[in-house]
Amino acid sequence: MAIRRLFIANRGEIAMRIIRAARVLGIETVQAYSEADHEMSAVREADAAVCIGPAPASQSYLDISAVIEAARSAGANAVHPGYGFLAENAAFAEAVVAAGMVFVGPEARTIERMGDKVAAREAARAAGVPIVPGSDGRLDDVAAAVEAAREIGYPVMLKAAAGGGGRGIRIAANEDELRRLAPQARAEAQAAFGDGGLYLEKAIERPRHIEVQIMGDGTSAIHCFERECSVQRRRQKVWEEAGAPGLSQVSRAAMCDAAVRLAEAVGYRGAGTVEFLYDEAGDAFYFIEMNTRIQVEHTVTEMITGLDLVVMMIEIAGGALLPLTQKQVVRDGHAIEVRICAEDPLLQFAPFPGTVSGLSWPEGEGVRVDHFLYEGYTVPPFYDSLLGKLVVHAADRATAIERMAQALRGCRIEGLRTTIPLHLALAADPALRSGKVHTGWLETWLADGGLKAAAQGETL
Amino acid sequence: MTEIPSPLPGTFYQRPEPDAAPYKSKGDDVAVGEVIGLIEVMKTFIEVKAESAGTFESYLAENAAPVQAGAALARLA
Repeated sequence: MAIRRLFIANRGEIAMRIIRAARVLGIETVQAYSEADHEMSAVREADAAVCIGPAPASQSYLDISAVIEAARSAGANAVHPGYGFLAENAAFAEAVVAAGMVFVGPEARTIERMGDKVAAREAARAAGVPIVPGSDGRLDDVAAAVEAAREIGYPVMLKAAAGGGGRGIRIAANEDELRRLAPQARAEAQAAFGDGGLYLEKAIERPRHIEVQIMGDGTSAIHCFERECSVQRRRQKVWEEAGAPGLSQVSRAAMCDAAVRLAEAVGYRGAGTVEFLYDEAGDAFYFIEMNTRIQVEHTVTEMITGLDLVVMMIEIAGGALLPLTQKQVVRDGHAIEVRICAEDPLLQFAPFPGTVSGLSWPEGEGVRVDHFLYEGYTVPPFYDSLLGKLVVHAADRATAIERMAQALRGCRIEGLRTTIPLHLALAADPALRSGKVHTGWLETWLADGGLKAAAQGETL
Repeated sequence: MTEIPSPLPGTFYQRPEPDAAPYKSKGDDVAVGEVIGLIEVMKTFIEVKAESAGTFESYLAENAAPVQAGAALARLA
């Protein structure tokens, strides 16, 4: 069904991004908003806007029937879910289709399948995508654990089969340690869960988070190369790059091919991301999960490929096939995105909603800003703290980092505290500049006073 | 009579968890620094503490209600 009027069931910067893509395609837009969001820039930008409920997301952006009803009454024939909120809710995707509209994303059953950890792992295994090696089932004695560890390779992580929440977890570097730790882990699991059964998994030390952007039309899929997203705080990505620094051509190709295999195996339609843990020491990668939506950091992929992923996913949802072949996806240079959030990095990242009293963004070659601010706008306290994304592109990584530092110095957001000081400190950090980061790196750096040291350096 | 204001704009909660009892009920003693509620701001929960001691009178803001910074959340006698 050709999309002519698109309902945007999201808010903030991604709503602005979707409106921009719809305009490219000549599609009308209807913006959903909560009572707290009536002054949001997307409400002003869209062709029409509909209030879908009170401020709490549970009564507005997460209320499936309110969203469906608003989309129908506004005459929309398609719904874009953005990211977060209902984007990976299979019941929502199904309800959109049941109401006679197009869901801009994969089929509900694909969302459901890839959203289930066990089913997704099984789909990956079946598609020949590496998963974190582990014991096939529970291990009830030390001898069985030693046997399994020989197959998997050290170091191994011991987990309680019945457990969760980190209890009973031990890491053994070799067989001696395993023989010593397994009885302890069994006893702890027995005490905590009344079940001493263990599960064993390969321990990946200092893993990197590398993900592959894919696009599918339900039959064929292509990849748009990888992104490095290892710089994280509380599992939230902070600084993202395309491509992954120092990744060999061979590993990159293997990872991208694996992502395409999985996407095609599940008949994937639209934009998606296959996430991997990358073990740098062993030059090996393992499937973590698949995100069945457009992601915040899709911008860096767009910068190195020149593609418009949001336009493409809307066209595919409207019935188009993939508009290009794998060979036509060409990478050029290096891109970096930082997430600018309304948080004070010098005060334990305390949230900082408020009114934007002054605003200017950097401009220039290779600089892109996706945001939803304007002077006089009051950022509401009810939702995510993401204000916008600063994205840079350059011929190589070192130049891109320089460009990012310069662009950050050109940002002026008055009236709010933002994470810009953190990004400036990161751009100047030797470890980050050398690409030697892993998923635990930023939290350790912060705990060691990395930001405070940088802040003092600035004032000296 | 003392009113406890909201330190930030956000969503006010009278209870630590949806199924738990409210932090305070009428007649309870409230000490300085004691938690009387939570404000959810940008997906982060911040404790609201009493700045003076007293006897709890009532909540002035509904549970799960959006509140402005400075809005009266509770009254102490």
